Amino acid sequence: MLLIRCPWCGPRDEMEFRCGGEAHILRPADPEALADAEWADYLFMRKNPKGAHRERWLHALGCRRWFNVLRSTVSHEILAVYRMGEREPEA
Amino acid sequence: MKRYSIFALLRNAISRHQDWTPLWRDPDPKPRYRVVIVGGGGHGLATAYYLAKEHGITDVAVLEKGWLGGGNTGRNTTVIRSNYLWDESAALYEHSLKLWEGLSADLNYNLMLSQRGVLSLAHTLHEVREGVRRANANRLNGIDAEWLTPEKVKAFCPVLNTSPEVRYPILGATLQRRGGVARHDAVAWGFARAADARGIDIIQNCEVTGIRREGGRVVGVETSRGYIGADKVAIVAAGHSSVLAAMAGVRLPIESHPLQALVSEPVKPVLNCVVMSSTVHVYVSQSDKGELVLGAGIDGFNSYAQRGSFHVIEGQMAALVELFPIFSRMRMMRSWGGIVDVCPDASPIIGKLPVEGLYLNGGWGTGGFKATPGSGWVFAYTIAKDEPHPLNAPFQLDRFTTGALIDEHGAAGVAH
Amino acid sequence: MSGERLPEGGRIDRSRPLRFTFDRIPYQGFAGDTLASALVANGISVVARSFKYHRPRGIMGSGAEDPSGLVQLGAGADSEPNLRATQVELYDGLVAHSINRWPSLQNDLGTLNDRLAPLFAAGFYYKTFIRPKFLWDRVWEPVIRRMAGMGRAPTAPDPDVYDHRHAHCDVLVIGGGPAGLAAAYAAGRAGARVIFADEQPEFGGRLLDAPETLGGRPALERVAEMVAELAAMPEVRLLLRTTALGYYDHNAVVLVEHRGDHLPPRERRGRTRQRIWHVRAGEVILATGAHERPLVFADNDRPGVMLASAAAAYAWRYGALPGRKLVVLTNNDSAYRAASVLADAGAEIGAIVDLRTSSDGYWPEAARRRGIPVLGGRCVVAVVGHGRVEAVEIRGLDAGGEKTTGARYRIECDCLAISGGFNPAVHLFCQSQGRLRFDEGIAAFVPEKAAQRQRSVGSAAGRFGLADALSDGAAAGAAAAKSAGFGSGSPPAMPAAERRAEAPLRAAWLLPGERPVGEGKAKHFVDFQNDVTAADIALAAREGFRSIEHVKRYTTTGMGTDQGKTSNVNALALLSRAVGRAIAETGTTTFRPPYVPVAFGALAGAQRDGLVDPVRVTPINSWHVANGAVFEDVGQWKRARHYPKPAEDMERAVRRECLAVRDAVGIFDASTLGKIELRGPDAAEFLDRIYTNGFKGLGVGRCRYGLMCREDGMVFDDGVTTRLGESHYYMTTTTGGAARVLDWLEEWLQCEWPALKVYCTSVTEDWANVTLTGPKAAQVLEALKPSFPADPSSFPFMSVRTGRVSDFPARVFRVSYTGELSYEVNVPAREGRALWEAAMQAGRGLGITPYGTEAMHVLRAEKGFIVVGQETDGSTTPLDLGLDGLVSKRKDFLGRRSLRRSAMLDPQRKQLVGLLPKDPEAVLPEGAQLVRELKPKPPMAMVGHVTSSYFGARIGRSFALALVKGGRARIGETLHAPLPSGTIEAQIVSPNFYDGEGKRRDG
Repeated sequence: MLLIRCPWCGPRDEMEFRCGGEAHILRPADPEALADAEWADYLFMRKNPKGAHRERWLHALGCRRWFNVLRSTVSHEILAVYRMGEREPEA
Repeated sequence: MKRYSIFALLRNAISRHQDWTPLWRDPDPKPRYRVVIVGGGGHGLATAYYLAKEHGITDVAVLEKGWLGGGNTGRNTTVIRSNYLWDESAALYEHSLKLWEGLSADLNYNLMLSQRGVLSLAHTLHEVREGVRRANANRLNGIDAEWLTPEKVKAFCPVLNTSPEVRYPILGATLQRRGGVARHDAVAWGFARAADARGIDIIQNCEVTGIRREGGRVVGVETSRGYIGADKVAIVAAGHSSVLAAMAGVRLPIESHPLQALVSEPVKPVLNCVVMSSTVHVYVSQSDKGELVLGAGIDGFNSYAQRGSFHVIEGQMAALVELFPIFSRMRMMRSWGGIVDVCPDASPIIGKLPVEGLYLNGGWGTGGFKATPGSGWVFAYTIAKDEPHPLNAPFQLDRFTTGALIDEHGAAGVAH
Repeated sequence: MSGERLPEGGRIDRSRPLRFTFDRIPYQGFAGDTLASALVANGISVVARSFKYHRPRGIMGSGAEDPSGLVQLGAGADSEPNLRATQVELYDGLVAHSINRWPSLQNDLGTLNDRLAPLFAAGFYYKTFIRPKFLWDRVWEPVIRRMAGMGRAPTAPDPDVYDHRHAHCDVLVIGGGPAGLAAAYAAGRAGARVIFADEQPEFGGRLLDAPETLGGRPALERVAEMVAELAAMPEVRLLLRTTALGYYDHNAVVLVEHRGDHLPPRERRGRTRQRIWHVRAGEVILATGAHERPLVFADNDRPGVMLASAAAAYAWRYGALPGRKLVVLTNNDSAYRAASVLADAGAEIGAIVDLRTSSDGYWPEAARRRGIPVLGGRCVVAVVGHGRVEAVEIRGLDAGGEKTTGARYRIECDCLAISGGFNPAVHLFCQSQGRLRFDEGIAAFVPEKAAQRQRSVGSAAGRFGLADALSDGAAAGAAAAKSAGFGSGSPPAMPAAERRAEAPLRAAWLLPGERPVGEGKAKHFVDFQNDVTAADIALAAREGFRSIEHVKRYTTTGMGTDQGKTSNVNALALLSRAVGRAIAETGTTTFRPPYVPVAFGALAGAQRDGLVDPVRVTPINSWHVANGAVFEDVGQWKRARHYPKPAEDMERAVRRECLAVRDAVGIFDASTLGKIELRGPDAAEFLDRIYTNGFKGLGVGRCRYGLMCREDGMVFDDGVTTRLGESHYYMTTTTGGAARVLDWLEEWLQCEWPALKVYCTSVTEDWANVTLTGPKAAQVLEALKPSFPADPSSFPFMSVRTGRVSDFPARVFRVSYTGELSYEVNVPAREGRALWEAAMQAGRGLGITPYGTEAMHVLRAEKGFIVVGQETDGSTTPLDLGLDGLVSKRKDFLGRRSLRRSAMLDPQRKQLVGLLPKDPEAVLPEGAQLVRELKPKPPMAMVGHVTSSYFGARIGRSFALALVKGGRARIGETLHAPLPSGTIEAQIVSPNFYDGEGKRRDG
């Protein structure tokens, strides 16, 4: 039952959000130039760290904005919240 | 190993149970082993057992960071079935189910296998179509499968609400009669005892903290009890696959999520089979002890905390009460969470990793328990022969590069 | 039978007698009783049978910790299994039954198990019943199952209702005893928003259970004043009969409020029986108290053996004496107080047997003043009596506590009150991820470090003294309020409580008996509900189970409905002893929610019946209902599947509907299609990236069918998108995919391509879509007086007209999903039904026929048009569907790169084909699997499966769509569909069965 601070709406219950998984996976600029393995890395491979994790969340039942969260996957503590395009905070 | 039987039990009852011996030794780790298995859950212990039994490899250590079976083996809802859609999965899970059917005798340990039948409900025409498709595929793969009409569903499981008046009426169901449940802890203990009897070292409270490589191949593991050399290292640590693979510089297509389960207070027999529903999102069976055992979908975020959020449980209860209105006054006694390692296609990875001597068995998502013996069996083969058995050949890591995924989201029965 | 009601005293209302039955025998209690206190007052000693050995069991505790006194409560639909009699408030007409016995509580055949107990040691079932398998399957397992379980599940749907509430507060105080009260009072006085919850029907906690003074006055008078003051504070919410179940992340605490359980069922109707509270608290104060711990000794489970604090509570609070002559067995001072309370209530105290050699604290002195004999340095070695304690046998205890000494003598008694010290109730603290430490002083685990914004106070923190509870509570309440931004942090003055000298307890985990545990008939119970004995723990240790988690699972200790509130610490202490390890090193098992069991119905709340998932209907739904439509669920939508006429089955109705479309005109409610408006200068560029085919060249007023893939190249959704203006597009999606597609568009726009100026709006609910299709569709539309020429020549295929139809503002799309001339007339949702009826009127002479989704499927399948989710299953690419023409080679799009991976290029991939059964009347079941080589029996290699299959009314035969390995190269070949009912043969054909040239779409 996370309490997530939407950067647009303020703190709201987890029930209003949807987690979109690992953040900052950039879509390759020229997919056709990639080898299958490189494309697979973009498509499927994930950091899945035990500890601080940068992930993106959607305030699905609120403002419907996506934003980024830095959260511990061990304690569930939310270390930072930042908007799309904002600088990544240090872990 | 002292054999168990009714006679042994009687004999020991007379001697007041003073003569039973430990199920497994508690050895200190040796400096090196031929094979080190990381993870003392059902899959890891089964791997060790079949390495010894099928391949004669006994210079093996199973390293467990906590207590045996304390991960997903002891946290799952114990459903066993093999009615998967694709040929590749069906073959693997059916191999496992066949092993289950003789496993208590093989291990000389009663795993309390209860083949009470698994019903997978269909609530929409779409699900009917998919259910029929799966039942037909199972049947032609030689796996027992039946399609039941709502009337037959009611006859098979009378406590289900088959009224057409509910939000999502039951339009039919697939039934695998050979499916069922088993006693999960016993699986870990039974395999551990049998593996130990064949000379394998089972080492608890031994956490792997690093994987040592030299010249592109594995040479051993760093642990909380010191360095242990190994020719081969096999990772079978559900909930930590990514963390362990990362120690060897390998990236995996796996994300770890909480999956919650719960039991009710025990009651006299009321539910005679396993019931699964993916539309209303719940699966339930009754344990030998009388508890209703329930699970649902995973929590949406990544976590290594073995706990999820309460609203997930509430949604699951709403689904249960919809299917079984008479369970509304039953009470939740205990709830818990595990960590499931989920692959994008809801199928596992069982094979070699791109570091020589390093193997992975993981990514079983929500459905690993049923595969325990089969998974151990094919993984032992893979480690012993350094190549996958035909049964697990389709489940290699490179399928994510070629695109030959085995998409079992439908059959997994749990929303990923 | 020796419990009795005292002539006076207690917090029961003797002017309100209440009738109840237990095992069909009528009894009487009073308002204020629990079922347990009423049973005690009525002298009922045996309340239940234990799980495994069916030993008679009585009431042992007085609250959530009681492991033994479980009953089946209520009758019929109100029946509830396994309720704890100590937590059931008595109401008039209450019906309770004992459980787990047959044929009756007094004569239970299950007691045979007790005789055979040597066989039934912990984990016996793992060691036997292994061979032969069929005996296990057919005999042993069913027997074990029948023996297991406690009460019975209800047999009728739940007549009660439940709800959920969400609440936010600055300070949540859990527990209404002195510490919690002080904390709530301090926080409330500071002005914080406070929620103050207690599981009992009134505040006071342990002050209710024994006499106490505060500031020189009866404590409960002061409690009442403080509660009244709290109740008057506008920002304070008091919740009685409310138990905290679970403590989750970020200070989310779930409570259950029992709003109706104390009322007779008929008075409950119309109000919620139970309410779940989701509380999000700034600060949490845990004042959850402590549970008294039993001592482990021979036959410590006999009815009449009761926790000392509970025995006193029955006497003082409920005016019910649990026995006339009691013996008290203790290792600490608190039981002396219980003895004094009982003595003052009129009980005879045969002796206080203290494991310690000396006792000189405040309470021992008080007991001695009352003339109660104290036997120091001794222990109970045997409990005499079976269905009821008759006497105890006592011997001396040596200094090490491991051996008995001296003579053995007997004291007659009918109740043995025991105390092994207290365990702080750290359940919620542990659920909040707090860290415990083992406090040797009180021989119990206490909170060490909180992990969330939380404080433990009073007994919950191992501070058992009343004065400490008050001062700690007030300090914590004030500090919590200050952290939340209220007050100075200095606590208000608390009423004075006496500070009493207390001597340390003597930790004793297993009292020595006449014979070692496991020998002789005596059993030393650790878990009273699951029948786990000290011998079982020793056996587990002997068999190599060293982790307490293993021992728990192997012996089942702590796994009953009480979740080990009385047994856990004793079990882990006994294990520690057995393996020679410190208790702190053994640690505890994980404390799992819920703290007490909670009804499934309460957790479901209002999400039941129709509300388990919202129902969506179209604006024309009422017409469909009125005209006898049969519905199907598609996502959350109810869609009309067909409109049977009297005496028509589905098959005939669908044939009629199909023929009407092919020969005249059909009318179809397509309002459920997802509709998304996209606006902005970059909309065309965005659509180009999203769809596999190009959209930049689409002219204003034109429509185009598009396919969407996920990044892995698998088909994700499809639909027609229309360019309404220079930078204004109107996208339609599948019915089930609308929300998913909108999320998908937004995710890409917001996360990956924020530079694109595009705005997406869902308009699914804004428009009704009345589709007219068939050769006479134009005539119907003309009759509706469109504000534009509607004939197919001036209104070309794949274009849109905006204007008015039947005087309603309308957007009309000339797209066709049936292959016939079609107009999808979209009007504002509120006009949907009026337009439908106008069209029905206009088409009356033309044979207009409403058709449902089933006919729609037949018609589209005859044309080979796919349904995403039916012809695709998440592993199907556009190329598999033969839609190469829609896969642009000139631009990138989502999923494009994936289509070049080696597995995507395999010629043996499943491809979409048509099938014509050899027997034109035989309709293949959808989901039938196809084989090339028929074998007498499985296994058989499958080459594909049927995705859509119907009888085509106009083509006059059955046909199907299928995905077949390398299918396009196999056109003309014959496949077999082996089914349980027989095999159907079919020929592979091109997936287009009607009007291959596509002439009919223009009428």
